[in-house]
Amino acid sequence: MNIINLENITKIYQVGSEEVHALDGVSLKIDRNEYVAIMGPSGSGKSTLMNILGCLDTPTEGKYDLKGTDVSDMSDNALAEVRNREIGFVFQTFNLLPRATSFHNVELPLIYAGIPAARRHEMAEVALSSVGLKDRMLHKPSELSGGQRQRVAVARALVIGPSIILADEPTGNLDSKTGEDIMTLFHEIYEQGNTIILVTHEEYIANHAKRVIRLLDGKVESDKQVANHTVPARGK
Amino acid sequence: MRHHLFEWKEGLLIALNAIRANKARSILTTLGIVIGICSVALMATAINGIDKAFVEGISSLGADNLHIDKYAWFSNEDFFLMRNRKNVTMDQFERFKKLAKLPLAVAPTILTVHKVLFGDNYVEGTLMTGTTDEYVRTTNFNFGRGRFFSPVESNGARNVAVLGSEVAAHLFEKQDPLAKTVKIDGIPFRVIGVLDKQGSTLLGNFNPDNQVYIPIGTVFKYFRRNRDTVTIVVRAPSTEMINATKEEALGLMRRVRGLMYDEKDDFAINQQEGLTENYNQVVGVIKLVGLFITGLSLLVGAIGIMNIMFVSVKERTREIGIRKAIGAKKRTIMGQFLTEAAVICLIGGLVGLLLAIGLSMIINKFLPTSVQMNTVILAITISLLTGIVSGLAPAWTAAKMDPVEALRYE
Ligand SMILES: Nc1ncnc2c1ncn2[C@@H]1O[C@H](COP(=O)(O)OP(=O)(O)O)[C@@H](O)[C@H]1O
Ligand SMILES: [Mg+2]
Repeated sequence: MNIINLENITKIYQVGSEEVHALDGVSLKIDRNEYVAIMGPSGSGKSTLMNILGCLDTPTEGKYDLKGTDVSDMSDNALAEVRNREIGFVFQTFNLLPRATSFHNVELPLIYAGIPAARRHEMAEVALSSVGLKDRMLHKPSELSGGQRQRVAVARALVIGPSIILADEPTGNLDSKTGEDIMTLFHEIYEQGNTIILVTHEEYIANHAKRVIRLLDGKVESDKQVANHTVPARGK
Repeated sequence: MRHHLFEWKEGLLIALNAIRANKARSILTTLGIVIGICSVALMATAINGIDKAFVEGISSLGADNLHIDKYAWFSNEDFFLMRNRKNVTMDQFERFKKLAKLPLAVAPTILTVHKVLFGDNYVEGTLMTGTTDEYVRTTNFNFGRGRFFSPVESNGARNVAVLGSEVAAHLFEKQDPLAKTVKIDGIPFRVIGVLDKQGSTLLGNFNPDNQVYIPIGTVFKYFRRNRDTVTIVVRAPSTEMINATKEEALGLMRRVRGLMYDEKDDFAINQQEGLTENYNQVVGVIKLVGLFITGLSLLVGAIGIMNIMFVSVKERTREIGIRKAIGAKKRTIMGQFLTEAAVICLIGGLVGLLLAIGLSMIINKFLPTSVQMNTVILAITISLLTGIVSGLAPAWTAAKMDPVEALRYE
């Protein structure tokens, strides 16, 4: 079954008297446990698409089914719940709470889900261990390297067991070596059965995915399976 | 339910963190609330004190007493017209006393002002009540030493005096006043009794503590003419009987003063009730003004909090975006900022309260009072409410932020 089904999604921004079609009739189906890269030049609508996929934003027109439920005109509160349970975000700028420890950052979605403290601690610890940061639980973001921060963000995205992981240029703020580490992490997550959608500029990053969707001017330009996608060398 | 609790705990944590992170700013902001709550608490405490002093003062005067007088205490009648009335004389008093059936006690009083002296110590301008032995039964006096004057001393117009506690303390310091001789305007009087502290500073010189009591005959012997006007104090047998006693007194006084049926009363029967009404009017105005001023200072404090909360929301736009992205609902964000405002105000309120408790100890030197439990509860409630009210608009601004915009905010 398709986990994501977009039908003719349009997003129009009103800038002054002008209408900007950030997305212009995008239709997409994505299955469970797919690994998709979204590419395209700057301003082609990648972030807008990610925001709609992540239920941060709603389309101007079109229909979005997530796990068989229409989310295109849900209330703000219902969308917040969907984001909490079904979506794990990873951002280019990490977007961690600066004053909170890694542990608290990872615990936060669980607090909003109303999970009791003991269970929360267990889950957050497992998530941080899985990204190799068990020994950095009580560090604040300012006390971590860029790669480590992004790992905390990945742990936060994973902790509740969401249906899809959305990553908007997750390696954009990292050097290539660290970026490669993060891509290895994504590969592992994918192999564990997760659905990953990531936005990138870089071909070599996109090559990690099994399917590449290219956008141009808010339209899907191409949608192809990757023949020889990169399988990162195991072992850290 | 559990949901809300977790969210609220998270909100509390965030609030404390935010306050800690901006110490100087938080302290400055809170100052407005500190001052506001401090003034609320002090105002409430002062009003408590004034009320308490008044009630005590009233009861030391005797709650069930009527005062028959040439003058009305509270009336719109022209003072000069009242002055032209016939005096209430001792003869009238004697006839009234003989005829009155209901009163528990009846006594004439006349007030004069004198210098009272013992050795090197003296009190200038002491209020002196001349009366009879029966007067003591119209009061609730307690005697520290000695007794009130006897019928023999009263009727014989002896040179004996009963001193109020303050007067005695001033004249005698550590000595025992009993059986000592004081000079009132140079005339020697033997001290036969000293009153315990009676109560109210609010009554000023009318406070029994600051007075001297001597037989009324003695007053006429040395200080006043026989025809001068007196006030007849009448004690009703009980509070329920006050009106009946007043009715009887009215009829008798008209008879004693020879008024025809169509003539108006040319005397007044005064009651504390009038005093209480008058008090409530005057103090009511003070309370209102106080309320207004404290309300104003709280408003200033609240505006400060609102201002700083708006700044805080603006600064944390990105944080709000992050929280929304990972599942915070509107009410979660709303609760977070409301909690922050409430916590700031609560801390400010508690500090203000402590300050008020300290300051009330100073007030206590002039007006016996202390911060009451209900004042504490009032102050805490008000500070919480102030926090919630002033946090409302900023919290709503935060709650309705668009997550995409908020995440893009630099
Ligand atoms: N909030 C907005 N208001 C107006 N125009 C917007 C807004 N967000 C995006 N756009 C416009 O929509 C188009 C797509 O933007 P975006 O999805 O951010 O592109 P990408 O991520 O591919 O660079 C761009 O032309 C951009 O200027
Ligand atoms: Mg973008």
